[in-house]
Amino acid sequence: MDIRVEDAAFDLGHETNVFATRQSGMGAVVTFTGIVRDLDKGALSAMEIEHYPGMTQKALESIATEAKTRWNLGDVLVIHRYGRLHPDEMIMMVATSARHRVDAFQAAEFLMDFLKSRAPFWKKEVTQDGAEWVAAKDIDEDALKRW
Amino acid sequence: MDVLYFAWVRERVGHPKDRIETNPATVMDLVNDLRAREPRYEAAFSDLGALRVAIDQELADFDASLTGAREVAFFPPMTGG
Repeated sequence: MDIRVEDAAFDLGHETNVFATRQSGMGAVVTFTGIVRDLDKGALSAMEIEHYPGMTQKALESIATEAKTRWNLGDVLVIHRYGRLHPDEMIMMVATSARHRVDAFQAAEFLMDFLKSRAPFWKKEVTQDGAEWVAAKDIDEDALKRW
Repeated sequence: MDVLYFAWVRERVGHPKDRIETNPATVMDLVNDLRAREPRYEAAFSDLGALRVAIDQELADFDASLTGAREVAFFPPMTGG
């Protein structure tokens, strides 16, 4: 299990390659990447991501540990950035490995659902007109109920 | 006990951290103590439905006991990912 909370950018290709090649006996690797998306009206100058340093690592480890108890996984990687990011920059990634793809896919979805609503990160959208905290969506909270 | 604030809760309170010397029994007692301090705390804690709380870095409920707690944090619902 590799959980990293950092402000620096990461190299998706490199991370995926390192993760995939260190597996043994795993038939499937699934990755998901979250990217800063511009607003619909196209005015986002930055996305500021705040987190709770003492809690973030523990919360992510606990979510990853839960995924490993629910699915037959080889390994889990989570990288989540904080600080000031710009449109099209990568915010975070998860990778899962498993002997079979269903476990890897489902665990990756589970990790994403819980990471959105149970890991202490908060996003703020900065435009020329000012800055606004992103509100949590009911749909994200509802997504937890399927697990 | 340290009380931490994040995101817009921190902005409304005006600083990231308070040290509390009293011993509130529950999170709700602590919230009521804070609300009584100044209007900016009342503004931050006016809608508890919009807030989440963690005790010693674990998510908790507002009726949870603070016995032995060293750190309490208040923040809006999380928006990771």
